Amino acid sequence: MASTSAQSRTLTTLDRVVVEDIPALAAGAAIFGTGGGGAVYTAQRIVERELRAHGPVELVRADELTDDDAVIMMSGIGAPTVGIEMLLSNAQAEILLREAERVAGRRITALMPAEIGGSNGVSPIGWAARLGLKMLDADGMGRAFPEATMISPNVAGVPCDFAIQADVLGNVNVQKTVDLAWLERYARASTVAAGGIALGVHYLLTAQTAPGAVIAGTISRAIAVGHALLEADEPITAVAEELGADVLITGKIVDVERHTAGGFVRGSVTVAGTGTDRNRLQRIELQNENLVVLQDGEILASVPDLITIVDAETGHAISTEMLRFGQRVAVLAWACDPLWRTERGLELAGPPAFGYDLPYVPFERKGARS
Amino acid sequence: MMTSELSIGVDVGGTNTDAVVLSETGAVIAATKQSTTSDVIGGIRAAISTVLDAIGPQRDAVTRVMLGTTHATNAIVERRALARVAMIRLGAPAATEWPPLSGWPQDLAENVLAGAVMLGGGHLVDGTPITPLDRDGIRRFLDSLAGAFDAVAVAGIFSPLFPEQEREVDALIREHIGYDARVYLSQDIGPTGLIERENATALNAALHKVAGDVTKGLLAVVEEQGLNATTFFAQNDGTLMSLDYAEQFPVLTIGSGPANSIRGAAYLSGVQDAIVIDVGGTTSDLGVLVGGFPRESTMPREIGGVQTNFRMPDILSVGVGGGTIVDVASGRVGPGSVGYRIDTEALAFGGEVATLTDAALLGGAQLPGRALPELQRGTRDALTGALDVVEQRLEEAVERLSLGRMDLPLIVVGGGGFLVPDALGGASTTVLRPQHGDVANAVGAAISLAGGRADQIAAVEDREAAMQAASQAAIAKAIQAGADPLQVSVVEVLETPVPYTARPTVNIAAKAAGPLPHLSRAMQPTQ
Repeated sequence: MASTSAQSRTLTTLDRVVVEDIPALAAGAAIFGTGGGGAVYTAQRIVERELRAHGPVELVRADELTDDDAVIMMSGIGAPTVGIEMLLSNAQAEILLREAERVAGRRITALMPAEIGGSNGVSPIGWAARLGLKMLDADGMGRAFPEATMISPNVAGVPCDFAIQADVLGNVNVQKTVDLAWLERYARASTVAAGGIALGVHYLLTAQTAPGAVIAGTISRAIAVGHALLEADEPITAVAEELGADVLITGKIVDVERHTAGGFVRGSVTVAGTGTDRNRLQRIELQNENLVVLQDGEILASVPDLITIVDAETGHAISTEMLRFGQRVAVLAWACDPLWRTERGLELAGPPAFGYDLPYVPFERKGARS
Repeated sequence: MMTSELSIGVDVGGTNTDAVVLSETGAVIAATKQSTTSDVIGGIRAAISTVLDAIGPQRDAVTRVMLGTTHATNAIVERRALARVAMIRLGAPAATEWPPLSGWPQDLAENVLAGAVMLGGGHLVDGTPITPLDRDGIRRFLDSLAGAFDAVAVAGIFSPLFPEQEREVDALIREHIGYDARVYLSQDIGPTGLIERENATALNAALHKVAGDVTKGLLAVVEEQGLNATTFFAQNDGTLMSLDYAEQFPVLTIGSGPANSIRGAAYLSGVQDAIVIDVGGTTSDLGVLVGGFPRESTMPREIGGVQTNFRMPDILSVGVGGGTIVDVASGRVGPGSVGYRIDTEALAFGGEVATLTDAALLGGAQLPGRALPELQRGTRDALTGALDVVEQRLEEAVERLSLGRMDLPLIVVGGGGFLVPDALGGASTTVLRPQHGDVANAVGAAISLAGGRADQIAAVEDREAAMQAASQAAIAKAIQAGADPLQVSVVEVLETPVPYTARPTVNIAAKAAGPLPHLSRAMQPTQ
C-alpha cells in the first residue's frame, strides 16, 4: 500500500485571496522558503495595503485556464539588503506587464509566483491586485531555489521564450537567451546595473503549457499552512500535519558555521535534541536554503525535498541568515512535488547541483513520532 | 577630604522616579525612589532634591546629571503633545509603492502628518543618483502647506551611505523657510531600511516638543538646586547623549529604561556577561548583558503601532511582579497587579488582596517591618502554589534568553527582587543580588558611556578602508554625543555581504563608545 504523501492528500483550493489571508500567506511562504527566499514582513505590509486599495485577487487553477488566458511569472530579483532600502516604484509592475504583452503579442490575464517560498511568494498577489489580474494558484518551484534554472517548466521541458526586467526608473530590458543558465547570467548582470534589485517577468504559460509544468495549488497551500501556524494551539504539530511533514528533531542549535564561497553563503548548523530527542544530533547543510539533514552520517532529508527550521515555540520559519547559537528549534522535512523527483528534476536541483557529493535520498513521511 | 566629582543618575519610569548619587570612584553614596508625577518634572524634582539632601555639603561636587526616561514612548502611545510633521522622501520613482507613513495607525498619522511628498533624489546602493534632486519640488511642497507644520523630516534612499544630499536639502529648507526651522534628517536616526528609518525620523520630528519639555524641565531642576552640572540623556543602547543631542533626537531615548537597568546591574555586580532580571511591581523584565552592553533585539520593533528600527535591548517581559495578584479561589497568578497600591492593598500591608509579595513573605522572604496576618488554609495553599508558578515562569524565561549558555550568572535587580529564588536555573547558576539593585536603572543612567554608530557599504577589496571610515564616523558621532575624545574606542564592527552588486560588496556597521570626560578613571569602555 502506498504511503500517504503530501501530493495524494486532497487539497482544498481557494477561489480568491482576501486581505485577511495575507498574514497567513506570509507565514506560510516563509515555511515554504526552506530558509531562503527573503524576508516576508515588508512584502506582507505592502500586499495588505494593495489589497485594501484594490480588493481581493481571484485565483484560478491551471486546469481552469482557457485559450484566452496567458500567464506570466512575476518576481523580484536581487539583494534583500538592497530591497529593504530601495523599494519598488508603483509603476514597475505595469511597465513590465505592458512590455510583456507587446513582446508576447497577446493580452496577459494572470500572474503567478516563480517561487512560493519567501517574499516572492507573497508580493505577486499585490502586483496582481494593482494590475487587476488573476493569479494562477501555482508556482514554479513549490519552495524557494537560488537559480533561474531550478524551475518547474524547465523540468517539464517547456522553454522560456523571453524574460523582461524593469528597474525602479522604468529602464526595461528584454532578454531572449538560449537557455535558463544564460538567463541567470544576463539577469544577474542587469540586476547589478539596476542597483541591486529589479522586478522581472518570465515564462509565458498558456492553457496548453501550464498544466503539468507548474507546481499546482501552492498559493492555497501556503495560506492553509499559514492559518494552521497562526491559529493552532500546537503550531508545529498543525503545520506538520498540513504539510505532510515529519518533525525530524526538536532541540537547540549548538553550532552555526558559515562562510562565503563564490558569492554564495555556505554553512551548516548542528541541532542537539532535547526532551524525547535527547542524545540525538543532526546537522543541516545550508546555502541560501536548507539543503541536507544528516544524523550519524545518514541522510534524513535532502534537496529538492523541503527542509525548514522553525522556532520551537511559535512555529515560525527561521531564515538561514537568522540562525543563531542557542535558538530552540524544530526541523521539519517533507516531500517535494513529484516533478522534482524525475531524472531532469534531480539533475537540476538534487544535492550534486548544489555541490554536495551526496546522493538524493527521497524523503518519506514516517508520521507522528511517539 | 579631596574634592571629587559626583554624578547623579535619574530614571523616570511609569511608576517610580529613582535617583542615585555616584562618587568619582563609582560608589553609590545616596539613592531614592519617588513616585512619578504626571508632569514628569515633579518626580524628577523630588528625587533629585532627596539625594542632594542626603549628601549635604557634597552637593557642590555634583558635576553631571544623567537622565533616562520613557516619556517619549508614552507621548507616542498616548498621542500627546506631538508636533505636525512635513515629510519629504527623496528617491522617486523608487519606493513609490509605499508612500511615507503608509503603515501608521490612522489616528497617529492624522495627529502627526501635515503632508508628505515623494520627490526626485536619492541614490542606488553603488552611489549612482536615482534621479536629480528636485529642489523646486521641495520648495513647492513646503509652500503648499502654508506653514501648517512644526517640523520637517527628510529621508533619502541610501542616505546612510551617501549623506551629502540630505544635508544639502537641510540647508535648502532653512534657506527657504528660515534658518531656525526644525529639520530632521534620516541619516541621523538609523541605518538602511527605508520604511523603518523614515518612520523613526518622522516620529523624532513629532517628538521635539515633548523632548523640549523634559530637557528644559531637567535644566530647570538643576538650576533651582544651584548645581553647576552638565546634563545628559540615556539612549536605547545604554549609551548617553548630550542634552542638545537629546533635544534633537528624542526618538533615541525610547528604549533607555530597560537598557539602563541592564547596564546598572552589570555595574553594581561587576559582571560583563550575564542574564539580568529586573523585578518591578507588574512585570519582571529580563535582558542579556554581553560585554557590558545590553544584547539588542533583531525583531522589528513597533512603538505605538509604528514599525521602527530603534536600537532596543532584547527584553523578555514576564507577568511576575511584587504586586501581581494571586487569585485565591483558582490559584491563578496574574496578569493583574495592584501596582503602586501595593502599600495599601496587599495582605502584608493590611489590605485584602493576595499578591506575590505576600507569597514571598510566606515562603520566608524578609521585608523589614512587614509580616503576614493570620491566613486561612485556602489562602496559604494558593500563595504556596503561586511561588512554584513564579519559579517555573522565571526559569522558562531565563532559559529562553540564555540561548543554551548555562554558565551565565543571573543578576537580580528591582524592587521585587526577593521574588527570585536563589536556586533559579539550577545549582550551577550563580544568582547575584548587588547592593542598590533596587535602583539599578538610575545607576545605569549615571554610568553610561557616550556612543555613536555609522554604516558603510564597500567593495570587499576596499573593506579595510571602509572599516576605517565607518569606525572614524562612529567615533566622531560618539564624541558629538559627549564622549571623551581621548577615551573613545570602537566597540563593535558588523560585516554583512551584499549580493547582486558588480563586485563582491559588504555592509559594515561600526559602533563606538567612550566615557564622559573626567569619568574616564572609573569607567572604561568594554571591548
